[in-house]
Amino acid sequence: MAVNKIFERPVAMRENITHYCPGCTHGVIHRLVAEVLDEEGLREKTCGVAPVGCSVLMYNYMNCDFLEAAHGRASAFATGLKRISPEMIVFSYQGDGDLASIGTNEILHAANRGEKITVIFVNNAIYGMTGGQMAPTTLPNQVTTTCPFGRDTETAGWPIRIRELLSSLRTPAYIARGSAHSPQWIIRTKKYIRKAFKYQEENRCFSLVEVLSNCPTNWGMTPNESTEWIADNMIPYFPLGELKTPEEVDVPTQTMIGKDN
Amino acid sequence: MQREVKFAGFGGQGILSAGKFYGEAGMEEGKEVAWVPSYGPEMRGGTAYCTVVIADHPIGSPIVNNPQDLVAMNRPSLEKFEPTIRAGGFILINSSLIPDRVKRKDVIEILVPCNEEAMKLGNNKAANMIILGAYAQCSGMLKLESIIDIVKTEFQRKPQFIDSNIACIMRGAEIAKREMENKN
Amino acid sequence: MAKKLMKGNEAIGEAAIQAGAMHYFAYPITPQTEVAEYLARRMPEVGGVFLQAESELGASNMLFGAAASGKRAFTTSSSPGISLMSEAISYITCAELPCVLVNVCRAGPGLGGILPSQGDYFQATKGGGHGDYRLLVLAPSTVQEAVEHIMQAFDLADKYRNPVMIFADGLIGQMMEPVDFSTIKKGKPADHSSWAATGAKGREPHIIKTLYLQAEENEKHNIHLANKYKKMDIEKKSEIYGGLGKPELILAAFGTSARVCKTAIDQLNEEGIDIALFRPITLYPFDDVTISELANKKHVKQILTIEMNSGQMIEDIRLFTKSIKPIHFFGRQGGIVPSPEEVIAEIRKIIRN
Ligand SMILES: Cc1ncc(C[n+]2csc(CCOP(=O)(O)OP(=O)(O)O)c2C)c(N)n1
Repeated sequence: MAVNKIFERPVAMRENITHYCPGCTHGVIHRLVAEVLDEEGLREKTCGVAPVGCSVLMYNYMNCDFLEAAHGRASAFATGLKRISPEMIVFSYQGDGDLASIGTNEILHAANRGEKITVIFVNNAIYGMTGGQMAPTTLPNQVTTTCPFGRDTETAGWPIRIRELLSSLRTPAYIARGSAHSPQWIIRTKKYIRKAFKYQEENRCFSLVEVLSNCPTNWGMTPNESTEWIADNMIPYFPLGELKTPEEVDVPTQTMIGKDN
Repeated sequence: MQREVKFAGFGGQGILSAGKFYGEAGMEEGKEVAWVPSYGPEMRGGTAYCTVVIADHPIGSPIVNNPQDLVAMNRPSLEKFEPTIRAGGFILINSSLIPDRVKRKDVIEILVPCNEEAMKLGNNKAANMIILGAYAQCSGMLKLESIIDIVKTEFQRKPQFIDSNIACIMRGAEIAKREMENKN
Repeated sequence: MAKKLMKGNEAIGEAAIQAGAMHYFAYPITPQTEVAEYLARRMPEVGGVFLQAESELGASNMLFGAAASGKRAFTTSSSPGISLMSEAISYITCAELPCVLVNVCRAGPGLGGILPSQGDYFQATKGGGHGDYRLLVLAPSTVQEAVEHIMQAFDLADKYRNPVMIFADGLIGQMMEPVDFSTIKKGKPADHSSWAATGAKGREPHIIKTLYLQAEENEKHNIHLANKYKKMDIEKKSEIYGGLGKPELILAAFGTSARVCKTAIDQLNEEGIDIALFRPITLYPFDDVTISELANKKHVKQILTIEMNSGQMIEDIRLFTKSIKPIHFFGRQGGIVPSPEEVIAEIRKIIRN
């Protein structure tokens, strides 16, 4: 009897058990990246850049070359490698503390220079690895160990919307926000990730996919409660969808120069 | 005179606070105290432990590879730390969750069904207090009253829990006393 | 307040408040994060400010800005974070601003691990940032001593208009020990009105800067700083522990490794083996006089330094003793604290030879 295999481990994933807490969606997002690398045949020419955060050990789970960056510097690491080896596919995978706090400078300038890299930005509204401190994406009034009375927008500002912030740059890019809280959105997010890698392969532009993610442990919730919390609290503030594609052409560069002179 | 004890279990069993209460009681009795937690990568495996050193002289190295006594609240803790205990020490086993028994012959095993007893006393979160009472009785380093005083101050803001926690400590001490008498 | 059983990190936060430091800027990093978590709750109670910076780069430059007011401010971090702060440390030292930094040292290099280490000794005592600068560096070995050092650090920072670093490690940050704040003499914040940025009402503007484009001018400033560092020499402090009168071996260790040595010494002294400990309490300035006197004693045959690194303080011991006696090294790395048993074994090996 012929057996039809309908589900298997992507070649781009190793046979290792992850260290993630039960219910954490980092594993799901790793898998989406791995499936895309498999399906697009990119694995053998890809190098990932791991952040400092819960996903620092991502290289133990992915079956491709990997660098481990300093905290916040993954997109700079990726830039360096991509510039010296433009034939490679280079992606960074970063949390919200890593990318949106300590690494804002690096990500802003990588995007602005239009580095042909792909960034997977995992937004779980908290610092997971260090035990639940406030992130730049922590929601107003959300309680963390460093905002024990809830995030006060008077002193901590409002959560940073990275998708929107980077989309405002003039340099062409592909920028989208997906989410790992529901099967529908996991499928949609995979499409975004595929597009992001395709744009890089075609040497078109910088690409970034933000993925809303959970942290049951530090949010103090069950996994189910945490995915509901994404739907009820995060998505209203962090709307999902593509915000910028390189096809959008606004003011032609020529006239801009003319105007400035 | 110095005595060290390792409190070990999984996260959420109140192991670190049991150790802290014990340390605070030691401090109130004028002893030198060091409470050293595990904070390394081993925490990810789900086991949590702390070592409490009580001494009547300034404590040198707070890291003790071979403590005198062990309080094991779950099975991995017993497996991992039984071999490290110094000969003649106590090994307290939470028999509600650990079916195994001590393999060594040179230590004193004390069985305490912590979860069951806490449940019986109507405070199923206080299994750690049962074992704390039991350990205080075994070690004989500190007075039970000092530990009870600490419970009173620690739960100042949640006075509804004071009585049941004290009851658990007394119960633990009672069980340990009986266990020790049976051994003699 | 009576004695309280406190985690080193929390005690450090409380000590700073009691020393009158109401402004704290930091970024989370293990094993230091509890300072920030404690102060996130505590600062609002005392009307102070806790600001979680976007990075250690941010935190340390906020500290520069805050210190320019002449008021007491501080930051805490752990090794990789201190590396990022090294830029600001160089600037703050050049601008002669008083402030306090705490390094709850973890194992490096690189991302390393989160367990205790003394691997940043060079960074703390010899630089890390650029240029000719020095920090006063205090190395506590208990939680109580960490509290005392924090309080002294603000006074020293005021006295010399220089940043002071508390060089602790992950063990001191994470462990709980009884602390007593009431026994500590509290200094008073100094009057910094002659230089602080407070608004030029009725006076000439105060400029706080580090740029000296003219070589002569820059040299003059560097000489001024160097003279100040020389003056700091009187702050050097150390402890001699144990021994039976004529120690044949001197252990040299600071912070956590010194505690381990004390346990080893207690045991060996009891056996009649005469060894003693030299524990520098200030790492900069280093107590060169005491260690050199010890090394020159006839009965002292050898020196053994014990560190949680691959041998950093040993270079200072060699320097200050002119290697007049054989100097040995034993260390554990990667986050491992040497055990008293290991130290004893090492000692036996050395005195047998
Ligand atoms: C220079 C430096 N500062 C601080 C840290 C400590 N640190 C490690 S991970 C992390 C934040 C992780 O949060 P996030 O990026 O949101 O990822 P998550 O763990 O939530 O996936 C911090 C602050 C560090 N390793 N290096």
